Amino acid sequence: MGRTLADKVWDSHLVKKGADAGESDLLYIDLHLVHEVTSPQAFDGLRLSGRPVRRPDLTIATEDHNVPTTDTFLPIADPVSRTQVETLRKNCAEFGVRLHPMNDPGQGIVHVVGPQLGLTQPGMTVVCGDSHTSTHGAFGAIAFGIGTSEVEHVLATQTLPNGRPKMMAVNVEGELPAGVTAKDIVLAVIAEIGTGGGQGHIIEYRGSAIRGLSMEGRMTVCNMSIEAGARAGLIAPDETTYAYLKGRPHAPKGALWDEALLAWGELHSDADALFDREVTMDAAGLRPFVTWGTNPAQGVTIDASVPDPASYSDPGQRGAAERALTYMGLTAGTPIRDIAVDAVFVGSCTNGRIEDLRAAAAVLRGRQVKDGVRVLIVPGSMLVKAQAEQEGLDEVFRAAGADWRSAGCSMCLGMNPDTLAPQERCASTSNRNFEGRQGAGGRTHLVSPAVAAATAVAGHFATPEEL
Amino acid sequence: MNPFTVHTGTALPLRRSDVDTDQIIPAVWLKRVERTGFGAGLFSAWRKDPAFVLNDARYAGATVLLAGENFGTGSSREHAVWALTDYGFAAVLSPRFADIFRGNSHKNGFLPVQLPEAVIERLMDAVEADPTTEITVDLERGEVRGAGITESFHVDSGVRHRLLNGLDDIALTLQSETDISSFEARRPTWLPATL
Repeated sequence: MGRTLADKVWDSHLVKKGADAGESDLLYIDLHLVHEVTSPQAFDGLRLSGRPVRRPDLTIATEDHNVPTTDTFLPIADPVSRTQVETLRKNCAEFGVRLHPMNDPGQGIVHVVGPQLGLTQPGMTVVCGDSHTSTHGAFGAIAFGIGTSEVEHVLATQTLPNGRPKMMAVNVEGELPAGVTAKDIVLAVIAEIGTGGGQGHIIEYRGSAIRGLSMEGRMTVCNMSIEAGARAGLIAPDETTYAYLKGRPHAPKGALWDEALLAWGELHSDADALFDREVTMDAAGLRPFVTWGTNPAQGVTIDASVPDPASYSDPGQRGAAERALTYMGLTAGTPIRDIAVDAVFVGSCTNGRIEDLRAAAAVLRGRQVKDGVRVLIVPGSMLVKAQAEQEGLDEVFRAAGADWRSAGCSMCLGMNPDTLAPQERCASTSNRNFEGRQGAGGRTHLVSPAVAAATAVAGHFATPEEL
Repeated sequence: MNPFTVHTGTALPLRRSDVDTDQIIPAVWLKRVERTGFGAGLFSAWRKDPAFVLNDARYAGATVLLAGENFGTGSSREHAVWALTDYGFAAVLSPRFADIFRGNSHKNGFLPVQLPEAVIERLMDAVEADPTTEITVDLERGEVRGAGITESFHVDSGVRHRLLNGLDDIALTLQSETDISSFEARRPTWLPATL
């Protein structure tokens, strides 16, 4: 019987197979990404037990979650954040790990840094103490988030014991309508299968609409696999993948590139491969998506209205919807387009890459942000920032009245000073609309960069065509 | 790691589904570089509401958490587990758990127990009717007992063995040093290195 793409990658990383079904496999990890938040206790653990980092050459660190996006050359004002960042610097120096600190041209969000360096490649296993590690699956890698104990485990052994996940196919077939983006695809998938729909599974995104996406778009889709509860999400590599990789600093060169291409050519699900679960969606039926609630599955198309909790037959879902509407300060039946926002955030590991910034700039060019709306545009990395500035996008943003910042996770989770005030309402290109995610009491609506930019101009949810 | 064998204690009913790790421990708490002291941050946003169940004196001292489905969804922060254990919880019972949260729990001797939704409902009803109701979580026998209910649950054999014996995962893996080294010798040469 044929194997799925994820089966092939999994099998090729088996150091030791579990003795029986209840035993974990021991998987080799090709790339370990590290940041300041989930690593200090792991390095402490190594010190306590006198263990070295086994493969510093397969490990890379960056500062992203805590870093301020203004005045980056000043010391970090928050002493606790500063200590955490300094702790990472000390740990990397002590254990010989490459680090891209603040103000380094290579600094950025960990999931933007790996791909831009060409470190994320097809068929690899990639882990990081961050749930959005699934982003790297866009290259046909198995990439997943781990906790701090597992970070220590990978640092010490370069392996992880893991139960073999089930396999799920999400097929998105057909042509995307104009104005519908990768973000809308993945929000629609999550609304369809639910926040637990992918639990215990690796999702392989397939179909012509997925193949038609750029690498940036594929990363957006894979990034949010975790919001459907999936262990990981991936997409088979193809010419789009190879074109993105070729020439990047850590991509194979010369004869090694040809050798790698041969191996990568095998990285697809066999025609007779069986998935444990399969979901098919029609791309032509998709529209820009906006979340109205406090989990990423609580979303509707921009043409719809805030749903009535009474319309849910499941009492749990009804209760969750009621709670969400109270928290979000929304009334059932309100058209999504009538909801006014106070803030707009463009950035994050979901939508902080160059293509996302271009999409936002295309809308903001020659237009003005609505009075009273504050707009934060935060590139995913310093390299993305440099490229955007080379293309003059920063001028477009500033001229429109938006705030152009330095790289980091920023307002996606508000660990730095970029936060929402209580009750402040935000159209955000990030990945989580949980209560308080962008700041205590803040109200988050997840959207694509194009809708975020159009909303910044209109002052309420809008698509670019409506401006 | 402390072993988990059998635990008996009173319970706290948290009637919410999709309790995400941002609620269990808000991001502002993640700046700490220690493993301890996170109990004060447990559900810190929700605790500002005096009516929140964690503020209900009838459930003071509870060590078993009862929760709705999809508990622990969201970020990979192990701090969520550290907050629950630091506060005094030994186990959490829910119809469904997020994968990373479950894995993190197992690394800390904290037991996530998956039970049918109807069983969780009955346990919550019983605990709300009488907050002194004790619940026993028995990993040795693989069952939960309390309020006249006995329900079995499943934990993978490997995980169960490590929890019962409080074994250190890393030490176990390092016993496979020969396998790891021989795998490393077989890795393709085109794979990237960071240094």
